Amino acid sequence: MMNKKVCLRYWISFLLLALLLVILVLWNVNSGSVSLSPREIVKILLYREGEDTALHIIWDIRLPRILSAIILGGALSVSGFLLQTFFGNPIAGPFVLGISSGAKLVVSLVMIFLLGRGILVGSGTMILAAFLGAMISMGFVLAVSHRVKRMSMLVVCGVMIGYICSAVTDFLITFADDSNIVNLHNWSLGSFSGLNWEHVSLMAAVVFITLFIVFFMSKPIGAYQLGEGYARNMGVNIKLFRLALILLSSVLSACVTAFAGPISFVGIAVPHLVKSLLKTAKPILVIPACFLGGGVFCLFCDFIARTVFAPTELSISSVTAVLGAPVVIYMMVRRQGKGM
Amino acid sequence: MKEFYIYTQNMTVGYGKQPLIEKIEIRLRRGEILTLIGPNGAGKSTILKSITRQLSLLGGTVYLDGRSLEEMSGREMARRLAVVMTERIRPELMTCQDVVASGRYPYTGRLGILGEEDWKKVHEAMELVYAGDLACRDFSQISDGQRQRILLARAICQEPEAIVLDEPTSFLDIRHKLELLTILKQMVREKRLAVVMSLHELDLAQKISDQVVCVHGNVIEKYGAPEEIFSDSYIEKLYGMTRGSYNAAFGCLEMEPAQGSPRVFVIGGGGWGIPVYRRLQREGIPFAAGVLHENDVDYPVAKALASRVITQRPFEPVGEEAYLQAAQVLKSCEKALCPIPVFGSMNERNHKLKELALRQGILLDNPGKNTYNER
Repeated sequence: MMNKKVCLRYWISFLLLALLLVILVLWNVNSGSVSLSPREIVKILLYREGEDTALHIIWDIRLPRILSAIILGGALSVSGFLLQTFFGNPIAGPFVLGISSGAKLVVSLVMIFLLGRGILVGSGTMILAAFLGAMISMGFVLAVSHRVKRMSMLVVCGVMIGYICSAVTDFLITFADDSNIVNLHNWSLGSFSGLNWEHVSLMAAVVFITLFIVFFMSKPIGAYQLGEGYARNMGVNIKLFRLALILLSSVLSACVTAFAGPISFVGIAVPHLVKSLLKTAKPILVIPACFLGGGVFCLFCDFIARTVFAPTELSISSVTAVLGAPVVIYMMVRRQGKGM
Repeated sequence: MKEFYIYTQNMTVGYGKQPLIEKIEIRLRRGEILTLIGPNGAGKSTILKSITRQLSLLGGTVYLDGRSLEEMSGREMARRLAVVMTERIRPELMTCQDVVASGRYPYTGRLGILGEEDWKKVHEAMELVYAGDLACRDFSQISDGQRQRILLARAICQEPEAIVLDEPTSFLDIRHKLELLTILKQMVREKRLAVVMSLHELDLAQKISDQVVCVHGNVIEKYGAPEEIFSDSYIEKLYGMTRGSYNAAFGCLEMEPAQGSPRVFVIGGGGWGIPVYRRLQREGIPFAAGVLHENDVDYPVAKALASRVITQRPFEPVGEEAYLQAAQVLKSCEKALCPIPVFGSMNERNHKLKELALRQGILLDNPGKNTYNER
């Protein structure tokens, strides 16, 4: 009994996102400081045949980077969507609420501490550290949200938390041992570079398991969109549900921060764009679409980051900010106009 | 207790650990409407939230369908009890149909996808509240009246046996208030629903409810059929009214009368007096009204607004005694008004009063004009 036109819209939206993703993947594979002909690339991708350097560039540098951008971008968008559901406000996101920055701070601390003692930091440790940081920031945000009724104040607090964390991180990096600074510095600005297959498989495992759980929560998330009262009446265990939202969104944004550093505004801009595209907020559609959309968005941003001023690379966060912040500003202005 | 669909035993409600209202005992059968009335902040919403498990009880038990609410799973409760809450919701990008469809939650599978049967129920519910044409409209862009109807449809779509509504008529204009309550009453009759709700409109509460609960000052002050509850003096006490009065028979409010000895005498009756009384009250002029039969429509209004009312027992012609009293008062007034155009056998003496006023030279002939304040 669902409207046919509406159904068609969903199909087209998903196809469009998938198509964009495929195009961007090909485009990204094909672009970089070393230029390769399409024929060579096809050969390398399908048959793993070709020149050693080319093989290495495609398989060990470009592909992991592309996959990371998709997985992490998707994770970030879904994390944003969960936070927006939690706070009942479309301007909530892991970056504005200071959660990414909190994760960044703890990761830097752990890295500096361990590297200083000559211990290599594994990806798992990074994720754990980032998760811890995300939870600490989230704790602050929640404490504040109990005291302030207005969402705008909460966002201001989140931004402040973000600034404090970033400042402390910068401070730490400035005084860290030289050998690690370059690496740490790049990471702390946000970048998809330097990720290998091991990283990709770990992030894929964490993100996909989390997304699987999130997807199966789309029913209570849908009920929660009508407000806590109605959700409770529907039989949703509100305490458990809210806890799950916090944990899942923190895991996702922590995973992103651990691998690529803080990435701004994707968590707000993408869910908004996706919802406008689908013309619905139904979680069962928005969650997968957010993942796809986040992948598309980050892949595109990463493409810009590494090609516009090549060989110099921009930090991914500057690019996402330039593209994402206007969307966020537009949303705020529109909401203000509606008197909310 | 089996006959009752919702009942409470020794229920104590409140926020946090502070009990607000204690020992609440309500009993409700299916097909009945129970209405909570009482001043703002008395705890009506607190009671409703406790019955719907939005707030945990501080004591006692709520039984739904013969079982303690606390032992029920979320889904079991959702299939029996639906709510319409007072907080305004503004979900993002949801059509009215989506909002109504959310009522199917306790019947759908793990992913919450609605089947053919579910959509049929959604459309049925929307038709029941006469909102079929709103299906594809954005929920945040419809009027308050439509919104309440959609939320009612959502509750109906949940196929409950009881619905709890918290001030469903707030924000609605009179047409939509009546419309909503009429639909609700119809549902109650057709689907044998048990309804618990809070209302601010006493007149409507009186007309629609089978039982009324008066919440006042941390207790249930009165509980019974509307006939037992609605007396002028009790309602004034319940709301702590100090200015003006409440008329239970008409369910209307009257402002407080002007103070002082009467300056204008109004010869009224048959409804002709009411607009004149109201006008004098508005202009702050104390007046006397007479001679009115105690069953005249003018009488309750005159009683609320006049500083003096001279009356006659029902079904008797106006007698000599009442006439003399009225004449005495009239003579002491500065002006007299006679809005009634006709006299009959029952109020012959009022005609005499009019002539007396004329002889005294104080009768104003056109009560429609703003001439009372002339000195």
